[in-house]
Amino acid sequence: MIAMMALNAPSTLVHLSGVDLAIIAIYFLLVLAIGFYLKKFAKTGEDFFLAGREMTAWVAGLAFVSANLGSLELLGWAGNAYQYGIMAAHWYWIGAIPAMVFLGIVMMPFYYISKTHSVPGYLKLRYGTEASALSAVTFAFMTILMSGVNMYAMAVVMEVVLGWNLHFSIIVSSLTVGVYVAAGGLFSAIFNEVLQFFLIWFGALLIPILGLIETGGWSGMVARIHQNFPGANFTHMWGPMSSASNNPMGVHWIAIVFGLGAVQSMGYWTTDFLVVQRVLSAKDVRSAKLAPIIGSFFKMAVPLIVILPGLLGRAVLPFHLVPGNVAQPGQFKYDDVLPLMLARYCGPGLMGLGITALVAGFMAGMAGNVSAFATVWTYDLYRPYLRKDAPDAHYVSMGRWCTIIGLLVSIGTAYLVQYNKSMMDYVQALFGFFIAPLFGTVVLGMLWKRVSRMAGFWGLLAGVVTSVTAFLLMKFDPSWVKVFAFSPSAQPLAQAMWQALWACVTCVVVTVLATMVTKPKPDEELRGLVYALTEVPSEEHTSWLHRPVVWGGVALAILVVLQIIFW
Amino acid sequence: MSEKHSIIPVWFFVGLLLLIYGVLILGSGLVNWSHPPEGVELTNLHAPVWWGGLLIVLGVIYCAKYYPRSEM
Repeated sequence: MIAMMALNAPSTLVHLSGVDLAIIAIYFLLVLAIGFYLKKFAKTGEDFFLAGREMTAWVAGLAFVSANLGSLELLGWAGNAYQYGIMAAHWYWIGAIPAMVFLGIVMMPFYYISKTHSVPGYLKLRYGTEASALSAVTFAFMTILMSGVNMYAMAVVMEVVLGWNLHFSIIVSSLTVGVYVAAGGLFSAIFNEVLQFFLIWFGALLIPILGLIETGGWSGMVARIHQNFPGANFTHMWGPMSSASNNPMGVHWIAIVFGLGAVQSMGYWTTDFLVVQRVLSAKDVRSAKLAPIIGSFFKMAVPLIVILPGLLGRAVLPFHLVPGNVAQPGQFKYDDVLPLMLARYCGPGLMGLGITALVAGFMAGMAGNVSAFATVWTYDLYRPYLRKDAPDAHYVSMGRWCTIIGLLVSIGTAYLVQYNKSMMDYVQALFGFFIAPLFGTVVLGMLWKRVSRMAGFWGLLAGVVTSVTAFLLMKFDPSWVKVFAFSPSAQPLAQAMWQALWACVTCVVVTVLATMVTKPKPDEELRGLVYALTEVPSEEHTSWLHRPVVWGGVALAILVVLQIIFW
Repeated sequence: MSEKHSIIPVWFFVGLLLLIYGVLILGSGLVNWSHPPEGVELTNLHAPVWWGGLLIVLGVIYCAKYYPRSEM
């Protein structure tokens, strides 16, 4: 069937041979087989929703970083690298590594020791039902919408790149994901994410290797970029950010350090349950602490297969790519740079591997969304508010049905987006509304035992309202961009950073103020949930080579060196 | 990977996939050795051959190390 669809392809970016189609088909067969194999192990709630809490630090770490290594991210960030240059790597380095280390060293012990199933579950234990319900409802709603948006985006990419029919891509991918996640739960999702990790690396790593051979190494590539785009600065990360008007992103270094590094990335990596759920599957506290740190080393290397191909596109492509909203028929968009580079260097076989990596990335993203949705719905909404004391098997069954229903809603959303494309921007923006303030609420709750039940709720709500207000004002009246982002030239990426910063600051200020005038929770209710009342297992008897804090320090040191090299 | 369950380690499936893909890519590279595909750059480097070879080596190592053996 895949072959039939591929043969009917109209004009496309790449063309697949028989061996390429075989490689794609084998991937689908293997993930389905793994799903059926894992079904017999996903019997209890802990098995289905948390993969039995028995993953090693390496498996949990790779799944953690893979949950964020979806194909939309790969294509989008390669496109951003073409558009903005190496500055796009900030989202992989300062915009990820400190947050991942912080999650591992500071936050993970509380998530893990509290034995929560989810981030809203932690909020329920720490604050109460108000903050938890707000977080659970918004997360479940947004996750399922995001899944639909991703599904539609995948189908469009497959149509443009391979000429596959839109409905075919949506139905085959969602059926496959539905079968293997409903069968094996988080076991299946994590297995697929680890497979995806290897596929993406082996499918994309040849592009920078061959690209650097063609250009004569890094200096040769830089020379070619300067030759093709005289006067533009695409190969320095911090230099052009002394002023927002000096760089194509319109961003000042303060926004990168505080908006992206201290708030946006902290919010995403430490409170987005989609990624945190992978770490909760670890077999013990030390593994849970190590998993995000292991992930951070791989995350640091991702620019090799995402940012470098974008830069190489500037150096070697014989034509210029244009923004998606102005692309005319026959012109290629920024986001096409990765498939274009794949087609430039990869013949039969390698092309199939690269495309399989993209398909795997899309499907793993979908699986991540529906497995997180099933957990939050079942444990944070269905169990506390609809059916409290059902047997464990009932909740597993609910999780399986949620997976199917979640995918059906996602398919509906995908078709809704097809007819109302502006919805895509709104859904993606909606997710950002909750992440930054949620970080403020969670981290204050973990580190300060005085924060009261209602202070957590009001702080979170105030942060979300600030975020929504800033977004709407900047979107519909550009004069507000200067107010919130301190520069009229701030582009959407820079605006999002400032929006996150304002939301988090508001959340923290309101939480602190509300704490002062409300009654704190008694200490007995906070044991195992906050810093002052939790005994984290000591690591003094562990050799220093096995201590998470040592490897966290190494990750941060490498991060600093990378900043200096590419300053 | 599993203590409570005797699940085949994910690394075995990784090895299996790499091995199968390595064979297919290496084979494709050898078939196209003297007739390189049009429009692809640096075909003189025969990337599919050595990349496929690398996948086979890694696939064999992972499969051998994590092959599910029944406990006595």
